[in-house]
Amino acid sequence: MEFTEEQIKRYARHIILPEVGGEGQEKLLSSKILLIGAGGLGAPCGYYLGAAGIGTLGIVDFDIVDLSNLQRQIWHGTKDVGRYKVDSAKDSIERINPDVKVITYKDKIDSANIKELIKDYDVIVDATDNFPARYLINDACHFMNKPLVYGSIFRFEGQVTVFLPDKGPCYRCLFSTPPPPGLVPSCQEAGVLGVLPGVIGAIQANEAIKITLGVGNTLNGRLLIYDALDMKFTEMKLRKDKCCPLCGENPNILDLIDYEEFCELYHHE
Amino acid sequence: MDGLFKENDRTDNYAKELNIKGEICPFTFVRSKLALEKIKPGEILRIIVDYEPAIRNVPRSMTDQGHKVLSINKINDTDYEIIVEKGGKK
Ligand SMILES: [Zn+2]
Repeated sequence: MEFTEEQIKRYARHIILPEVGGEGQEKLLSSKILLIGAGGLGAPCGYYLGAAGIGTLGIVDFDIVDLSNLQRQIWHGTKDVGRYKVDSAKDSIERINPDVKVITYKDKIDSANIKELIKDYDVIVDATDNFPARYLINDACHFMNKPLVYGSIFRFEGQVTVFLPDKGPCYRCLFSTPPPPGLVPSCQEAGVLGVLPGVIGAIQANEAIKITLGVGNTLNGRLLIYDALDMKFTEMKLRKDKCCPLCGENPNILDLIDYEEFCELYHHE
Repeated sequence: MDGLFKENDRTDNYAKELNIKGEICPFTFVRSKLALEKIKPGEILRIIVDYEPAIRNVPRSMTDQGHKVLSINKINDTDYEIIVEKGGKK
């Protein structure tokens, strides 16, 4: 492809980088990334992916912008309260970069639609806030061999990693099944420092871009844990579990599972 | 190849010629790099600039990124040429 004059200026700082260059920028412009969740993690992640010139950015979220979201979900404004998050997100990205084709899905993901949602995308970003979604996305990415960039936040702590099917562990290698309902407080109950998803979501964007470019070392096999109170990053080695019910030697999960929502508040929204 | 690109040498052994007069840094390098991506390792790019700092900035960046700057010449009152051989495996 030939860059337009505007693109040469817009992506100049990428083109200068030896690891990106014009060729890398072309890869970004022809790539398709699916962002599941347009909230706290999705906002910074989607913003940077859009600014970077990801050619097609899919965004999945069935939720509506609430005033209580704005403390951390920085791509929605006060005027967006009451709108679909994906519509507000699309406006924000298009304001930054008209090169990005934004495709919105006002769907709640489940075992019936997840494969169809992810099938056309090169990289999947899990920016959701609940266990059923995490397991569903992990399992679907495993079955469909899609690289997955995982992130989660809780109070002052964030976790982020990359799952590459066949090349490393999956989410179930860490936690083979969801915790029992009631044991884990939901994000809504626990509270979260507004800037925390900004840090984790930006790292997710960073990893999604590296996977797309094929440069550097991703977080595949490493869980990066960020403590915002002590301001520390620690790293945990992750190993593929031979007994993993999904990607192990004798898997017993052969199809997608819809787990129940644990969070009671969730149903009241 | 030695001696081929002496000052004022006008041979046409360039795989590509890029006239970016009027352009300033860092876009002089950005455009030069994009042009270089279109040719093969070992091939030669001739860049013409009229922004004087570019005759230091562009060659430095080219060298940093593994290319070979063959010569830098003033070609008239306002313009300069930078001759670069693309690096990498031939
Ligand atoms: Zn596994």
